[in-house]
Order: sequence, then C-alpha cells, then structure tokens
Amino acid sequence: MPEQPPYEEEEFHHGPEGPPPEDLAIAPTGFGGTMDLGSSEAETLEKTPGGPEGTGPTEKPRSLWSDAWRDLRRNPVFIISGLVILFLVVISIWPSLITDQSPLKCDLSKAQQGSQPGHPFGYDGQGCDVYTRTVYGTRVSISVGVLATIGVALLGSFLGGLAGFYGGVGDSILSRITDIFFAIPVVLGGLVLLSVVTSNTIWPVVGFMVLLGWPQVSRIARGSVITTKENDYVHAARALGASNSRMMLRHITPNAVAPVIVVATIALGTYISLEATLSYLGVGLKPPTVSWGIDISSASAYIRQAPHMLLWPAGALAITVLAFIMLGDAVRDALDPKLR
Amino acid sequence: MGRYVIRRLLQMIPVFIGATLLIFVMVNVMGDPIAGLCGERKCDPATAAQLRAEFGLDKPLWQQYLTYLGNIFTGDFGTAFNGQPVTELMATAFPVTIRLTIVAIFFEIIIGITLGVITGLRRGRPVDTGVLLLTLVVISVPTFVTGLLAQLLLGVQWGWIQPSVSSDATFGELIVPGLVLASVSLAYVTRLTRTSIAENKRSDYVRTAVAKGLPRRRVTIRHLLRNSLIPVVTFIGTDIGALMGGAIVTERIFNIHGVGYQLYQGIVRQNTQTVVGFVTILVLIFMVANLLVDLLYAVLDPRIRYA
Amino acid sequence: MLLEVRDLHVEFRTRDGVAKAVNGVNYSVDEGETLAVLGESGSGKSVTAQAVMGILDIPPGKITGGEILFQGKDLLKFKEEERRKVRGAEMAMIFQDALSSLNPVISVGDQLGEMFVVHRGMKRKEARAKAVELMEHVRIPAAAERVRDYPHQFSGGMRQRIMIAMALALEPALIIADEPTTALDVTVQAQVMDLLAELQRELNMGLILITHDLGVVADVADKIAVMYAGKIVETAPVHDIYKAPAHPYTKGLLESIPRLDQKGEELYAIKGLPPNLMHIPPGCAFNPRCPMAQDVCRTEVPPLFEVDADRGSACFFWRECLDDTSRD
Repeated sequence: MPEQPPYEEEEFHHGPEGPPPEDLAIAPTGFGGTMDLGSSEAETLEKTPGGPEGTGPTEKPRSLWSDAWRDLRRNPVFIISGLVILFLVVISIWPSLITDQSPLKCDLSKAQQGSQPGHPFGYDGQGCDVYTRTVYGTRVSISVGVLATIGVALLGSFLGGLAGFYGGVGDSILSRITDIFFAIPVVLGGLVLLSVVTSNTIWPVVGFMVLLGWPQVSRIARGSVITTKENDYVHAARALGASNSRMMLRHITPNAVAPVIVVATIALGTYISLEATLSYLGVGLKPPTVSWGIDISSASAYIRQAPHMLLWPAGALAITVLAFIMLGDAVRDALDPKLR
Repeated sequence: MGRYVIRRLLQMIPVFIGATLLIFVMVNVMGDPIAGLCGERKCDPATAAQLRAEFGLDKPLWQQYLTYLGNIFTGDFGTAFNGQPVTELMATAFPVTIRLTIVAIFFEIIIGITLGVITGLRRGRPVDTGVLLLTLVVISVPTFVTGLLAQLLLGVQWGWIQPSVSSDATFGELIVPGLVLASVSLAYVTRLTRTSIAENKRSDYVRTAVAKGLPRRRVTIRHLLRNSLIPVVTFIGTDIGALMGGAIVTERIFNIHGVGYQLYQGIVRQNTQTVVGFVTILVLIFMVANLLVDLLYAVLDPRIRYA
Repeated sequence: MLLEVRDLHVEFRTRDGVAKAVNGVNYSVDEGETLAVLGESGSGKSVTAQAVMGILDIPPGKITGGEILFQGKDLLKFKEEERRKVRGAEMAMIFQDALSSLNPVISVGDQLGEMFVVHRGMKRKEARAKAVELMEHVRIPAAAERVRDYPHQFSGGMRQRIMIAMALALEPALIIADEPTTALDVTVQAQVMDLLAELQRELNMGLILITHDLGVVADVADKIAVMYAGKIVETAPVHDIYKAPAHPYTKGLLESIPRLDQKGEELYAIKGLPPNLMHIPPGCAFNPRCPMAQDVCRTEVPPLFEVDADRGSACFFWRECLDDTSRD
C-alpha cells in the first residue's frame, strides 16, 4: 500500500486542532497509534451520565487519577470504609475523645466481669476495662500498619523500580532475592526473628514487616515499570532525548505508582492482622503496650468462662482490617478500568 | 520440557541456599542456640563454652552453615531439645500437618471454586454481592480469631467437636481445623475464580461456543470453566507451601502436634537444629510445589511452552 | 425469503443510561444471496447480527421491538432451547478474530467435532473424522495430522479457515460473517474471501457479510445496506451504490477510500465523530457531520425514501446527492 506513509505523516500535522484522522470513520483500526483522542471520546460514550452534551470537545481531558477519584466518590464501599478509617485514625491519635479512663488502671477484683454501666464491654482477666483497652489498642494497630506499609512501599518500589528500569544483572539478582524471601513463610519468619527481641516498642515488629514485606511490592513495582517503559510515549520521550532521571520522574513514576498504591492499601490491612497474630503467638508486641493481639491472646485462655474479653478486641481488629481491605478493593476497582 | 525442569531445579539451588542461610543466620545471630540446653536457667560460663565446642558453635558462622548443610545431605538434621533426633520429630509431625493441609486444600477446591463459579456467573446479583462481602469478612478476620471463635462455638458452646485434637489427628478431627486453616485462602480462591469466570464469560471463544448452539451446561463446563480455572489451580498449588508454613497458628489453637507445634517448641526453647531443619523442609516443599504448578500450567494451557 | 429482519430495536442498559444500538433495522437475505452490511463501529451492524444469531448479551442488551423471520418463523418467539438448535445448525456465524474466537485450550479437531457431537449425536471418533473432512474441505494442508493441534499453532489465514469450517460444518442455510478478513494480512484476505464465496455458491447459502471494507464488498456482495447510528441509511444493489450513492454518508465512505489515481491528493474524511448512542442527535442522526444538512435535517427524522424499486435512502436530499455524484 504505497499510500500509507504520507497518510501517517498527515496525522502529525493535523495536531490537536484539526480533526484527527481517526474521524475518518472507516479507517482500519490500529492505523493511528500515536494519538488517542478517539478512544477517550469512546469512553465518554460509555460513561457520561445523562444531560445533553454540547457538540465538540467541551470536556477537559481526564487523567487516570481524576477518573478514579470521580469513581471513588460515587462508590459507597469507598465512602464507608473511608469514614471508618478516618474514625480509627482520629481515635488512635486522641483516644481520650471517647473514653476518659486509663487502659492500665485495673482492678483485679473485677476480673472477667461482664458488661455493666460505664463499662459496656466488661473487664478483662486483670480487671482492666475492655472498652478502654480496645479504644487504646487502635493506636498500636494503626501505627504498626501505617509505618510498615510506608516502609514496605518505599523500599519495595525503590528497589523494584530500579530493577525494572535498568534491567540486567541487578534485576536478576533482585529477582532471586525476592524468590528467597517468598520461600520463607511469614509467620514462621516472625517467630524466629522476633522471639529473641526484648524491646517493647513497636519498632522490631515494623522492621520485621518491612524486611519480609518489601519483595511483594518490589515485584509489582518492577512489573509495572517494565510495562510502562514499553509504552509509546516513553519511547517517544527517549527518542526526544529525555534523560533517565527525567524519564523516571515525569513519565514512568506517575503511571507505575497506581498498582503499588493498590497493593500497599490492601497490605496495610494484612499487616495489622499480622501484628495481632504475632502478638497472639507471644512474639509481637509486649505488655504494657496495649494491643488487640495481646488482649486476644490473654483472653483466649479464658475463652470458656469469659468470651466477651476476646470478642470485643477481636471485633475491633476485624473491622479495622476489613476497612483497609475494602478501601484497597475500591481503589483497585477505580484504578483498573479493565475490571469495570 | 526436560531441559526446562533441569534449569528450574538448578535455579532452586540458590533460592534454597539463600533461604536456609537466612534462617540459619537469623536463628544463630539473634538467638542463643545453647540457651535452651540448660533447662530454664542460664548456663554457667564453663558449661556454655563446653557446649559451644561440642556443637561446633565456636567456629565461624559460614563454617557452621556448611557443616550443617553437609550433615543434612547425609540425612542428619541434628538433635532436638529433648535429645530426640530432629528427623524423628519430623516423622511424627509431618504426616499430621500434611493431613491438615490436604483437608484445607480440599475445602479450597470444593467450596472456593463452587462459590467462585456461582458468583462469577451471576455477577452483580444479590448472591454475588453477599458472597463477595463474606469473602472480605473472612479475609479480614485473622486466622487465629477465626480459629478461636470456631473452637468457642463448635467446641465449647455447641459441643460439635472436641476443642483440641488428639495425638492421632485423624482426618475426621481435622475437618474444622482444616477449614480454619483454609479460610483466608478459600476466600481468595473464591474471588480469583469469580474474577476469572466473569472475565472469560465475556471472551470471544465463549461467544463462539454459544453461537455454535452448544447447550448452556456444555458452554460453562467445557469452554468457560476449563479456561477460568488455570489461574486458580496455580494459586492453590502455590498455596500448599504457604498453608504448611502457616499451620503454626491453627495447630496452636487446636493443640495439633504437627510441624507448627514442633517449630513453636523449637523456637521457644531456642533449639536451632529443630527450627532450621523444619524450615529447610518447608522451603523445599514450597519450591517443589511451585515447580509442579508451573509444569501443570503447561499441561492445562497448551499455549505455554517451556524450552 | 430466507431471513427477514423487520423493524428491529435493540438497547443496552448501562448504569449511565440507555444506549440505543439498533433503531428500526429492516433487511432481508435470500438463499444464495449475499448482503453486505456496512458501517463504522457503533453503527449497530454487529449488534443486529448478534440479535439474529441470538447471542446478544442479555442483560445489558435488550431487544425492544421487531421481528426476525427465519424461513418464515419469528425467532424472537422461539424458546431458548429451540433457538439453540437453530444456532450452529441452521445459521452459523464467522467472527473477526479467529485467534480469540477459538478456544485456546481445546484442539481444533475437538472444537470442530463438537458441532457433530452436540447437534448430530455422533461419537467423538466419528466426529473427529468429520473434522478432518471439514479441514480438508477448507483446504488446510495435512489436515489429518493437524487435527490435534491447538488454534495458536496455526497461521492467521488457516485459523480463519477453521472458523469457516466450523460455521459450515452442518451446512446451515444462513451464514453471518462479521468482518471475516479484517484481522488478516492483505494477501490472505482475498484467499479467505474467495473460499467463503465459493463455499457459499456450492451450498447455496444466504450470506450476511458485515464489513467496513468497501473493497471487499464490490467483489462478492449482491446488495448493500449502509448503517449509521443503528439505522439503515441506504440500501441498494451493489453496482448502483458505487456508481452514485444516494446518501451523503455513503458518499463520504466512498470518497474516503484511498485510490491509486489520486496519489498526492489529501484524503477525504467525514467530519466529526460518530454519535453518542445515549444521546443520538434529533432529526437525522447524521446531520451534525453532514455537508448537505439543512434545517429540516435537525428536526425531522427522514424515513427511508424509495429511490428505485430495490433501492432506498434515508436522506431528504437524496436526489441532490445522486445528481451531485453523477456530475463528478
């Protein structure tokens, strides 16, 4: 087909002002890969809610992010989980907003007693107020989850991003290292590593989670950087002489970051759950730190006599993890148009 | 295919060495391997030094690791805290955990895939939304909470099961612990199957199958299901290793004397050889399971070619 | 008449509104006849075909009106089980992308043989022999050896031949081919199209050829229906339309074909974009893009005017359009 080359050149000259050649209604598909005006319009066709549209392109071009945000605002799952998380964050910073007692003020004579006025959740095995301890437990869970997630996301996307961008030997070595970490069961690793730690701060637990968690994010980041790197516009930027650091910052990072955010949000929930599990096994946080995991662990010995001691912190834990996982789910749905 | 297997086996070597070394270092550097040997008290310095020499602990770590690795290949996994060879502990613990894992995998396949197919075919309907919400709840409740609740309700309140499993650990006794162990993976299997079914349902080849005038059942089972289950089978396969490693929590709750129990004892008593030995085997199982899954993948999907 | 579609309406209900994909389509095809349905994506040509085959996704799709008469009986009144027996046996469909339309994990022999197993109750072994026979019929070399191969092991042209073999397996009275050659290399396109036309003559089948390629149409079609925004805007015997289109949209389509004798000149392109099916413009749906549009086009919906005995155009100014082209 000798006509093709001039036709393609035409496409560039038309630029954004003239009608792009895709308008040529029956042009074979796949003809114009360089400009994507047609497809964004096609999306409008599918998604624009009622109300007459003016002729011509009146709508601003929408990015993945603004599109996702529009979607999220209308998603009840996002709104509910977002509100729950907001509430949890607020009381983890100011627990005294909803309780005026101290989680460490206990009265052994009241041990294992059930619900009574002023103490809706009853007392635990040490005679401490379960309600207050549950409220204060939020702080530890949220802090561990957030700190571990930040650590994992930064370390993982840094290493994975570099490996994906530069490839080569470094990439192969990193892949093997992630394989090694994947081969070690998480709870087991936690038991081994944390069993000898005597510190009663949250840092060893956070550190452990970052240590065993980064390969998961690194793998995702590496994959999405490699995919993004192959996109036409990145090739175009390279052809125009963009430097490596500029390409990474301007072109690759914004697009590779979405999957990392999704994985990190869901992981946050699982880290909270993992902290509780480790504390239950006796190697996570240690008293006097107030943690749902510790309380559930100590309550499990009296599960027959006083199940309320276990149910309240367990319920709080489940709701917290659920909120983060649902948030992650909603964010993923919004950022992944393919699943719509 | 043969070449691929050999290459994969060769690739397993560095991962195996890396993972065992990592555990070896963790246990040795972080813990005191002889701390548990003098009972509850701290060993006095003279005894400690003697013990160290006896176990070769005075040598550099890399030498210790090499010696250990050499011993493993001759089938010597060392001695547990109670003087039993670690291999003997393994012989009693692994069958129990393997039974538990079989029960768990069984539930993943039966319940997970069934729910996934039902919801995938009825995407957006009330059944779908309900099951989807349920899976989220199951994923959110940590396994130890699920286990404790199951023990409380089924064992204590309603008396359907024994709250703790006997030392025989028969399949019958392991039904509820197996379900607890499987719970989170089961929810993932449901979601994965659902997504896969819903995606493939819109595929061109399913449309072709309908256009061929095939009965609905045949379209679903022969065309839709076969393709949709490929990723699910992969997930379940890789889950085998994770389940065996994760059984530690379930085994503790239901007092099952399996791998997790022995490992827990080993860690509590800081017995290096038990911990490293069990972890070594678990890592091996994990890697072999992954290899088998990859090979199975090629059988299920003829487009995959390993060379 | 083999197939007659009368006043068909199809809608898609999405969470953002109702998309009117097909708005009163009429067409017919007789035994041994080839009808080409032309139009850009979103014009409703494929949706109409899917409604005829009964493979529309319901929901979100919904047939809101009309009749589909096949051998005199209205398929829309059939129960699903009766309808299923028609599919594949009495009418069959050839899809555009054979690679994705064939099941990747089932051998082509089994996929072909399935037709005989399901519709004719054959045993698997007999069905396999039939599959080899079919593959030979569509001229796949070494059919007996390749019957166990999977779709990805064939070339694009061979795969499309397998698709054709599958459609022809039970010698249906009607074949619907949805862009059967678009995904193929240019050199292979002609071969596949010739094969299809030849087999059609051999079995005296009716053929509905859905395409956007006017070049293919000229060689094989008897008549043409041009669709725009879910309506037929022009229908005519194939030669008339090439000589002088009676609708500005058809005219635009013809003028946008690259031709060797126009080398160097700028290609003609129809202005604007296809309409949003949720908000089809009032009046003639084509009016915002039409160079001939007058006030009446923006307020009134043009009916299908009779241009000739076997020719119609849904344009108020079809006469001007005809005159205009014949002057060139």
